[in-house]
Amino acid sequence: MAGRWRGAGFAAGLAAAVIAVQLAASAAHKVFYLTQLTMAAYSLLVVLGLALLMGFAGQASMGQAGFFAIGGYVAAFLTTHDLTPLRGRALPAALETLHLLQSRPDAYGGTLLHVDPRAALVAAVAAAALTAWLVAGPVFRLRGHYLAMATLGFGIIVHRIFLGSPHFGGADGISDVPALPLVGGFAVTGRAAARVANYYVAWGIVLATLWMLSNLIEARVGRALRAIHGSENAAAAVGVPIAAYKTRTFVLAAALAALGGVLLTHYNGGIGPSEASVMKSVRYVAIVAVGGMANLRGAVVMGTLLTFLSLRGYFGSLDDLVFGGILLAMMLFAPEGVVGVGVWRGVRRLLARRRDHGSAA
Amino acid sequence: MSPEILLQFCVAGVTYGVVYGVVAIGFTIIYNTTGIINFAQGEFLMLGAMTAVSLHRHLPLPLAIAGAVAATMAVGALIEVLFIRWLHRPSVLRMIMITIGVSILVREAALHVWDEKSHALPHFTGDAVSALALGGAKISPQALWVVGVCGVMVLALSAFFRATRLGRQMRACALNRDAARLCGINARNMVTFSFVLSAGMGALAGCVVSPITYVQYDSGTGLAIKGFTAAILGGLGSTAGAAAGGLVLGLLESFSVWALPAAYKDAVAIAIMLGVLFVRPSGILGSAEAARLREH
Amino acid sequence: MRTLSRMLVLAVCLVLAAAGAAAAADTIKVGAILAVTGPAAFLGAPEAKTLEMLAAETNAAGGIKGMKVELLIKDSGGDAEKALSLAKQLVEEEKVFAVLGPSTSGESMKIKQYLEDNATLLISCAAAEAITTPVLKWVFKTPQNDANAVRWIFADLKKKGLTKVGVLNSNTGFGKAGRGQLEKLAPEFGIEIVIAEEYDKAAVDLDDVVTKLKAKDVQAVVNWSIEPAQSKVPVSVRKLGWNVPVYQSHGFGNIKYAEACGVASNGVLFPAGRLLVADVLPDANPQKALLVKYKKDYEAFAKEAASTFGGHAYDAYTLLAKAIEVGGADKENARTALENLKGFIGTAGIFNFSPTDHNGLGMDAFEMLTVDANGKDCKFVLAK
Repeated sequence: MAGRWRGAGFAAGLAAAVIAVQLAASAAHKVFYLTQLTMAAYSLLVVLGLALLMGFAGQASMGQAGFFAIGGYVAAFLTTHDLTPLRGRALPAALETLHLLQSRPDAYGGTLLHVDPRAALVAAVAAAALTAWLVAGPVFRLRGHYLAMATLGFGIIVHRIFLGSPHFGGADGISDVPALPLVGGFAVTGRAAARVANYYVAWGIVLATLWMLSNLIEARVGRALRAIHGSENAAAAVGVPIAAYKTRTFVLAAALAALGGVLLTHYNGGIGPSEASVMKSVRYVAIVAVGGMANLRGAVVMGTLLTFLSLRGYFGSLDDLVFGGILLAMMLFAPEGVVGVGVWRGVRRLLARRRDHGSAA
Repeated sequence: MSPEILLQFCVAGVTYGVVYGVVAIGFTIIYNTTGIINFAQGEFLMLGAMTAVSLHRHLPLPLAIAGAVAATMAVGALIEVLFIRWLHRPSVLRMIMITIGVSILVREAALHVWDEKSHALPHFTGDAVSALALGGAKISPQALWVVGVCGVMVLALSAFFRATRLGRQMRACALNRDAARLCGINARNMVTFSFVLSAGMGALAGCVVSPITYVQYDSGTGLAIKGFTAAILGGLGSTAGAAAGGLVLGLLESFSVWALPAAYKDAVAIAIMLGVLFVRPSGILGSAEAARLREH
Repeated sequence: MRTLSRMLVLAVCLVLAAAGAAAAADTIKVGAILAVTGPAAFLGAPEAKTLEMLAAETNAAGGIKGMKVELLIKDSGGDAEKALSLAKQLVEEEKVFAVLGPSTSGESMKIKQYLEDNATLLISCAAAEAITTPVLKWVFKTPQNDANAVRWIFADLKKKGLTKVGVLNSNTGFGKAGRGQLEKLAPEFGIEIVIAEEYDKAAVDLDDVVTKLKAKDVQAVVNWSIEPAQSKVPVSVRKLGWNVPVYQSHGFGNIKYAEACGVASNGVLFPAGRLLVADVLPDANPQKALLVKYKKDYEAFAKEAASTFGGHAYDAYTLLAKAIEVGGADKENARTALENLKGFIGTAGIFNFSPTDHNGLGMDAFEMLTVDANGKDCKFVLAK
């Protein structure tokens, strides 16, 4: 199923769906639904990166929420930490001459001097990518349970650090994160007036990411990744530089997760430690699994649907149970995914297998 | 640090350490018979303690605990039969996801059966503030219960593996499943039994430790991570190593509070785990042979 | 393409499905964001019950100036991130007149800017002084300021001649704000904070961090938290055979917190409003009649002991009702009316608001209380 990504058709369909939903929501005077759809779009960036990593390179990461949180927290910290008292010190001065600082009035009539959100975005994504690169070396020497535990452990450490550090707001996280100005007067912000524009910005970013990843998959990189997934030894035998490809995919997935984290943090105006929790990482994995592992389209469809329903609170107190249950059911009955393979084929295969056992026993 | 304070940190470290050790042994028992790391291991402690608290409303304490251990063992068997038994040579990644899914299922079920509040059995002897003096340090009688019960459990387990037929069959399965099967051992039942055994041990540990730590529906995850860390510290696969790994982890964690802000305590355990994984996957106390297993 | 078209249809259906009716003109929608479940449920649950009780009372009596109150209580679980998303829902989708709560300081800090931007009244039930200092136009709060709680504690320490203290706080807005005030005001009272440690709001055992305090030979422990973990501190202190005084913050004002400490709660000191000792107040006290009535009503309605937290919700609701009574159903007028309210008797004290004070309570809103756990049950009594 990891075959050619019929990119153009899906992208056009997705773009049409994005526009249709916006028009319908506006016509029904229910534009507030776009808020959760925008948030779902940003969490899709994590899901897409993870789909590439798990589905194509066959590497499990149970700590993807950690990268999302690194992105979000670094951006939030840099754009809310007041540098006024440090003015004149070497680093703030250097940043100031490079026009990388910005001041804004705070709610109480004072002014706040902080890093420009665009510079913070670059720093945040770079921080996550660098962390991924540093972690990748030792992590990818491990396999199976050890690999899963190592990524899980990484995620938990990130969670505990953000939870335990007074600079990052402890249990409450960071709030009052300003808007992120983009080109042409657009800004990533949660203000009601900018809702429709933000919705399009978010989905535009998703489409661009899809385009980039699909090109990547169809190119030599994709073939190499699929070879690694199939059999590492065989891939190595035909000269695929396995370690380098794995590391690059891991770094790319981390950078995408961090980008999602930065954008969602600006959109929400803040971030909290629950974004880094193990359960969040499991959710991303569950979405990739239900979307069909090596299937970016499935990831987009299921990711949007599940995240939207969850954010709107349709699952109520069963929220975690829904994601845990999905993960469990997928792994039991259709490890290749619903959208990609079709759950029925999975069940049928399973039944057939059980029958085999029955006759053998 | 005065000797009195040093001893006090040791007391805290040992109390938690033996609990981590029991969780680690639970991991080991299942890992040895199946090659699976059961991420739902911590849930057994939570289930045992929560069930005992509920039963204790109607039954005296020893009966409530016995009932809770039996019920948790049944849940362990059910998990194996429903989610593990019928899978045909599942990949490691798939097994990881399944046990993670099971742990979420159990946790959320507990949330709806009970609630999100923390619960505890009463102290077996004395109350929350009673303490015995131990060379200047204070030790709660419940901590002695924890150390005693877990210690007896570990000794009983090793006797079971050595002296009973069932125990020897399980060890045979752990060494070589196919060979064991050829000798007429029902390997599948051994797997089910390993789940029952580790569920029972977990439940009992959960009951004894609950007066100190309290338990709530989501207490299992943290314990599972600590237990896994202890298990790999001891070299995954060895029961004695797991027990020792638990003690080492408990002590390291306790003393980390001395050196670092208390808020980082949980991160310390994970950092130790990552350190061991990255530097010496065979475990500090394990043999190089165990490292071979990471290919599984 | 088939999945895609299905997705499209589904999405459009979802959007169209929820066509809500516009609120009728003779009702007034009041939103509340409370930690009804989760780690701060000892705050949020009594608050929610209090609000339900009061709204039912108002509507049975014909409403405020003929307008029925439609109360929308949202459960944040004590999670600051969730609180913000709930605030957006209440303001943008439900178009509420005002928001009561949140229960915790962290949540209040997180959402106050949003309500300010959307010109909607927020009457917080959380205590941190930073919620209303500096003053935001639309943000008020009903619990007493943490700075005043700190002053009561330091004054008590000074009276006892104790100067070296160890501070513990939980890692939430309330705990951190309290620690900030403790550190800020300590020099003024000649108190030295020898060691300060922060613990997670979900901590299960604090023996080790209390041991760390004990090693520093402090003369008293001051613990600032509003979550159940605070009950672990007196237990650990006494278990370690340590006899120093233990001070808690005004976040200790639910008898369940004292009960969770068992015998260790005996002698724990904390500043709190008079609700907890309403019965023993002199009859001349202006708050007495109201406190006794609220306590009786609440205990009949909720079948549990009243706590100061329910009282904060009581104050928030009655203040809002008063503001609407004076200013009418116009947001701006109601806000102005609230800002100019003087001498309003509440459970926390007597409120005197002004454009520079959106809390309206002074030092006299507190008493120093202690726990008497010598008998069979725990109870709160006035400290000598």
